[in-house]
Amino acid sequence: MSSNIDPTREELLWMYSHMVLSRRYERMMDRVYMEGKTPVFDMAKGPVPGEMHLSDGQEPCAVGVCVHLNDDDYATGSHRPHHVAIAKGVDLDAMTAEIFGRTTGLSRGRGGHMHLYDQARNFACSGIVGQGIGIGVGHALAIKMKGGSQVSVAWVGEGGANQGIFHEAMNLAGLWKLPYILIIEDNHWSVSVSKDRSTAVARNSDRAAGYGAAGEYVEKNDVWGVYAAAKRAVDRARAGEGPTIIEVQTHRLVGHFVGDPEVYISREQKQALTDPIVIMRERLIAEGHLTQADADRIEDEVAQRLGVAEEFARSSPEPQPADILESVLH
Amino acid sequence: MTMTAEPPATTAPARKVVMNRAIREALDWELANDPAVFLMGEDLGKFGGVYGTATGFFDKYGEDRVRDTPISEAGFMAAAAGAAMSGMKPIVELMFIDFMGVCLDPIYNFIAKHAVHTGGKQDMPVLIMAGIGGGYCDASQHSQTLFATFAHLPGLKVVAPTTAYDARGTLHAAMRDPGPVLYLMHKELLGLGLWGTMPEASSNVPDAYFEVPLGKAFVRREGTDITLVGLASMAHVASRVAKTLEGEGYSAEVIDLCSVVPLDRKTVIDSVRKTKRLVVIDEDYRTCGVAGEVIASVVEEIGTDLVAPPQRVAFLDTPIPFARPLEKFARPDEDKLLKAAMRTLKHA
Repeated sequence: MSSNIDPTREELLWMYSHMVLSRRYERMMDRVYMEGKTPVFDMAKGPVPGEMHLSDGQEPCAVGVCVHLNDDDYATGSHRPHHVAIAKGVDLDAMTAEIFGRTTGLSRGRGGHMHLYDQARNFACSGIVGQGIGIGVGHALAIKMKGGSQVSVAWVGEGGANQGIFHEAMNLAGLWKLPYILIIEDNHWSVSVSKDRSTAVARNSDRAAGYGAAGEYVEKNDVWGVYAAAKRAVDRARAGEGPTIIEVQTHRLVGHFVGDPEVYISREQKQALTDPIVIMRERLIAEGHLTQADADRIEDEVAQRLGVAEEFARSSPEPQPADILESVLH
Repeated sequence: MTMTAEPPATTAPARKVVMNRAIREALDWELANDPAVFLMGEDLGKFGGVYGTATGFFDKYGEDRVRDTPISEAGFMAAAAGAAMSGMKPIVELMFIDFMGVCLDPIYNFIAKHAVHTGGKQDMPVLIMAGIGGGYCDASQHSQTLFATFAHLPGLKVVAPTTAYDARGTLHAAMRDPGPVLYLMHKELLGLGLWGTMPEASSNVPDAYFEVPLGKAFVRREGTDITLVGLASMAHVASRVAKTLEGEGYSAEVIDLCSVVPLDRKTVIDSVRKTKRLVVIDEDYRTCGVAGEVIASVVEEIGTDLVAPPQRVAFLDTPIPFARPLEKFARPDEDKLLKAAMRTLKHA
């Protein structure tokens, strides 16, 4: 979709620097996660055990939306939540400590990487594919009942749009005309099954018609397209005009999870994927918004910030079983 | 003798009411006293709820706060969760507990886990109300109790009041709880007639605020020879059997669990320490059920003190059949409990 809604230079630089922060975060997490997991890959080993889903390549879906959001707007991520959490401003130290399972983590180490909750930023996410669609509708319902001007945004992959909750939740959002936006990050792969083998329509945004919602399709994985579609959706939501489904044709540059053998994707398919950060940097430099020196400085600042977060997490204590039932309410 | 919960700190006169009226009065108080409270579910609006728990509310509080939903249990259960995280206090009615099959994900994978997911930093004040129980030939998908299913999933409190008094008091207690509570309404206790009515469920209830604590079992009748434990309708069945046993010269103590989670093990263990005999009646399926859990809890503590093997009288392990003689055969009742009690009492 062509757009005459252009981001300001300040917004462009915010989006670019948060894309870089998000990507370098994922690279740091990939390095930390693999510690102790070689030569034999065993999820239970290393300083960060369990599953790990990284968001490399999907950064435009997060920053292009969150640039329009305030702290009190709601963001509900998926099982692949880091890029959205970072764009929503979730505290990096507490988030990293949570992923390490430490007492200083967002949820004192009880949640882990798929269960990041930050009440100060109205951020939540879920490890169940599609679950956040319905939770986000609940936030939007509360906003409307209280007469607030916030919006509620949920992110799912294109695989999540095939869950039953998609239908029920979108029907409620349309029926009640809620300030709700569903971002469908179409990275083409429901784990290993391609979109053309999982989804009856080419564009999930076409499904919006069934729910009295607006539908937006962003055909390239670029910030400008996401920015414009999200701007229109946020404006509609804040004006009380109801929900929007935005599908973004994004790229997952890494496996579904760290350790994914990716036997389902060909070398040619993988090589055809483009990096939205490289594309954005080149365009920002070409249009005079950024110099190479600016870009280098952003990289340095990001590296320094991530060093602090990693050190914070590593040096934080692990929880002790003595208080294991403390946060269970009975 | 019959013992109830603590007397209310109110001077409002008590009147004898049926359970669904006590529930309606409790909900009315909650809606009137907290603007964050709203009701959501199927047929709650003009219909007033299939259990009559919301009669008149649509006109009194409006369609925003007495919110009819489409037949979308997963959708409105998830919406309740999101709303509860955003400052609201949703009360959602899942018409029949059996329908949890279409909305279990938001209940047990999100709502019940929220306290752990947030490290205890955010409340999840959702009250889920649901009708339970059979005995009126509503077959396999509208007759279950499913106590054990929800008791087994940590993170939810589960209460199934037995009298109108407890129904009002536990509802208020549930609304003061920062976490999610599953509030189970046995259809034959509601006083609606169409689902059968156990008259014992009606009781004196003040039309005023009072709480009956969650997680507390009640001794409904004191006795010395045997402990009979029941829940919801089956607590009344236990009381009836205790009366019969009295005619046979036996003194039975009757315990109404009232809450399934937290389970008040102490009250049961204290009773069995005295009576040394235990029978548990449970309308849920027998295997891995609440009856088995109660017995295991007693045996772990004072198993060697028992003078007879404890007994379970529970629903046969089968999807609930429709035909009247088949449902009657499978469902626990007075005859079955009496036989089990006599077997236990006569054990050499």
